[in-house]
Amino acid sequence: MSDLTRMTASEIASLVAGGETSAVEVTRAHLDRIAAVDDRVHAFLHVDTDGALAAARSVDERRAAGEELGPLAGVPVAVKDVLATRGVPTTVGSKILEGWRPPYDATIVQRLREAGTVMLGKTNMDEFAMGSSTEYSAYGPTHNPWDLSRIPGGSGGGSAAALAAYEAPLAIGSDTGGSIRQPGAVTGTVGAKPTYGGTSRYGLVAFSSSLDTPGPCARTVLDAALLHQVIGGHDPRDSTSIPQPVPDVVAAAKLGATGDLTGVRLGIVSEFVGEGAEPGVMAAFRESVDALAKLGAEIVEVSCPTFAYALPAYYLIAPSECSSNLARFDGVRFGLRVGDDGNRSLEEVMSLTRETGFGPEVKRRIMIGTYALSSGYYDAYYGQAQKVRTLITRDFTAAFERVDALISPTTPSVAFPMGARTADPYQMYLADLYTIPANLYGGPGISVPCGISEGLPVGLQVMAPTMADDRMYRVAAALESAIGTFTPPAL
Amino acid sequence: MTTTLPAYDEVVARYEPVIGLETHVELGTNTKMFCGCPTDFGGEPNTRVCPVCLGLPGSLPVANKAAIEAIIRIGLALNCSIAEWCRFARKNYFYPDMPKNFQISQYDEPICVDGYLDVEVGGETVRIEIERVHLEEDTGKTLHVGGATGRIHGATESLVDYNRAGIPLVEIVTKPIPGTGALAPDVAKAYVTELRDVIRTLGVSDVRMEEGSLRCDVNTSLNLPGQEWGTRTETKNVNSLRSVERAVRSEMLRQASVLDAGGRITQETRHFHEDSGDTTPGRSKETATDYRYFPEPDLVPIAPDPAWVAELKAALPELPRVHRRRLQQQWGLSDLDMQSVLNAGAVELIEATVAAGTTPAAARKWWLGELSRRANESGVELAQIGATPAQVAELQGLVDAGKLNDKMARTVLEGVVDGEGSPTEIMASRGLEVVSDTGALTAAVDEAIAANPGIADKIRSGKVAAVGALVGAVMKTTRGQADAKTLRELILERLGVQG
Repeated sequence: MSDLTRMTASEIASLVAGGETSAVEVTRAHLDRIAAVDDRVHAFLHVDTDGALAAARSVDERRAAGEELGPLAGVPVAVKDVLATRGVPTTVGSKILEGWRPPYDATIVQRLREAGTVMLGKTNMDEFAMGSSTEYSAYGPTHNPWDLSRIPGGSGGGSAAALAAYEAPLAIGSDTGGSIRQPGAVTGTVGAKPTYGGTSRYGLVAFSSSLDTPGPCARTVLDAALLHQVIGGHDPRDSTSIPQPVPDVVAAAKLGATGDLTGVRLGIVSEFVGEGAEPGVMAAFRESVDALAKLGAEIVEVSCPTFAYALPAYYLIAPSECSSNLARFDGVRFGLRVGDDGNRSLEEVMSLTRETGFGPEVKRRIMIGTYALSSGYYDAYYGQAQKVRTLITRDFTAAFERVDALISPTTPSVAFPMGARTADPYQMYLADLYTIPANLYGGPGISVPCGISEGLPVGLQVMAPTMADDRMYRVAAALESAIGTFTPPAL
Repeated sequence: MTTTLPAYDEVVARYEPVIGLETHVELGTNTKMFCGCPTDFGGEPNTRVCPVCLGLPGSLPVANKAAIEAIIRIGLALNCSIAEWCRFARKNYFYPDMPKNFQISQYDEPICVDGYLDVEVGGETVRIEIERVHLEEDTGKTLHVGGATGRIHGATESLVDYNRAGIPLVEIVTKPIPGTGALAPDVAKAYVTELRDVIRTLGVSDVRMEEGSLRCDVNTSLNLPGQEWGTRTETKNVNSLRSVERAVRSEMLRQASVLDAGGRITQETRHFHEDSGDTTPGRSKETATDYRYFPEPDLVPIAPDPAWVAELKAALPELPRVHRRRLQQQWGLSDLDMQSVLNAGAVELIEATVAAGTTPAAARKWWLGELSRRANESGVELAQIGATPAQVAELQGLVDAGKLNDKMARTVLEGVVDGEGSPTEIMASRGLEVVSDTGALTAAVDEAIAANPGIADKIRSGKVAAVGALVGAVMKTTRGQADAKTLRELILERLGVQG
């Protein structure tokens, strides 16, 4: 048997289904790989060896009993530590939740279990998903498997690195301003942000409720679509979940893989192909656009002038919501408690707990958000940002009257060296310049590998109208069929 | 307090009060506002909780449709407009009994606005304008242990029970109510009473002030005639209808004494004390807390279908005011009589007694007479007196059947109030029954005639009024268990005199 860790999820699933390998064998192979490389990559915060093997055994038993198994049964998945996992530590990359074992599963985790996938463990992330490099994790950074001295993107750097390091064939991420797509781009993997409301947020530890979107990460577009199909769809426990079936993303990925984009109109976002991006990134992007044109797509340029205001609007809305969402971390009911020595008041204990438990970037955003929501400033900041959000949505709506999907580079640069941007938050924020508009609008976006610059992967982003997630999978799969996937150097 | 309070009459002669009421009503839905936990009162601490109402990381609220239906019905009963689109908002502040450190409430987009409730005070109708009615979640309860007072000060430990956290709460806010003068305390009480009755009629809450399912904050200010409204205080811990009235009165007196002395009123929350009847300062609102309200992003907006709202409106039950009008007519009462029934809190009791077969006049006689007197003596609400409408109806049935006379019935009723059993049981246990055995009664009469020949002769000679003495004599030997009218007729018959 060839190396199981090098296979795609769909290949593994069919081997398991055909009895050519067992889920336990697949799981052991990945656990071995994690043991071999993760001390260098640090993609995982917690590896659930026993839980994974138990889940794998159960899949094998069900298959032996002749049960009909789902399309991803027996496939290992790495889950970003932002999702609550029953009995399994969930930290959100923060000291404030160290040791917390949730008494419940997030809806997505529950669906993964029901589908017979095998959860390997929880992946590293920037604390509370705030960051673009995974350097803000309270448990140390994750390293990019393409170059261990570089960042794997963020906040979901752990999930993306686990894929690129062949520690897992599938992973779950969450995307508030690009935290699935940007890590996907800089690690040469596929990351999809579904339509907001297309995947359940129940059990996703909230950063910014109106933007947070969990989604699939994989090494191929088809794998991402298969995972999307399993985790997506209406959840009555999430009021903002859309009560409609998941668009048929798997069929769309298969259609795209035929390499025919005849009749598809793609719009290049003019504002994102200017001077902001690195030349190497632009070169890879241009080549990919040519490839898409060769597949029959009609390429036009579309101007979305309000996208220029997306970053400032995002950095008011997301911190505002986070300042409220993170209020519950006070040491009273769960997680860290500091200073409870019988001499301090409740307020002092709450304050010390938060002072100790939150890292600098989280504190920065809580302060920005608290300020932006304050009486007398609300209209000028939060209120104004919501108006910008409406304008950005109008730009998207107008664009989608002209084209089927929008394309751009996923992020302006390739993976930057660790430590290069931690001293300058604004430089860090720029990594999400091209991904944030889709979050503010609520539509889906996917990053697919589109080339190499300076020996590092470059990603192309496809954005589609809300609940037209299938369209972006079709385009991404077509590009993948034309230019192939990219393999990092051996670790 | 060392200062002497001015007399109430003097206060209302010098100052004009403005009052306002904020009422919280816990809805009687089966489940909590944003999760599926049960809402029933009581239960071991922290047993009616789940990730959502504990605010665990990752959990999300989903609005309870039954609660939204209930608040719309309340809004409609209070003549409000129902918003076609509105949102929940987060009210942010840190407090350990609030699991998320924000409360899901409504801010600038309440679901019901601009209504009114007409109440009757002293025979006049006063229209109370309703500013808004909105939906929110209740907090948990903090218990401070180790201190002497049960308050946070001096406590060594605080325990939090989250069973109540997330129970749906409706907040009903009046507009400021000026112009009620000396009647301000009565208006406040009448409003809360009427509101309670309306909500009880709708069947959406048990509205029990003593269990906290109806809570009331009273705003009070005083101003000189023709001047701007004064600074208001907000009095909390007002836990009974009677306290509503007392709290307003007490706060008017206190504010007047401060103003009389040239002082100024501090805008603050005050605490009402049931025992002393006065208020003490709570937390000051001078440094206004900034709640940083913003629309709740975890919940989709509420957009009730206008057709559904119209259906709910058409299906509203007969509201108390209309209901009372109808009863007044049925019972044939004057406005004044009806007012006294109302003041006694006896409408529903009389109604139920009548429904059990008693005439309105008899039902009213018992509830407003004997039972009201007992309730006043023991300082309880009439409804808590210990006699039920069914028992009162049974008692009256015994009177109507001639088994009890009026005096005996009162004795039996005492027994009912004291919890001795049903009227029939008490009649038996106390050996109280009108002697209807004519043989025994005739013997007693003959005995009395024989023992009082002089009186008998007087009666025979036409002085019929003297019969009273013989009636008294027989009553004495039968221990009062004879019907006076029957007895009188029997004596005259035995003496051969026409009555």
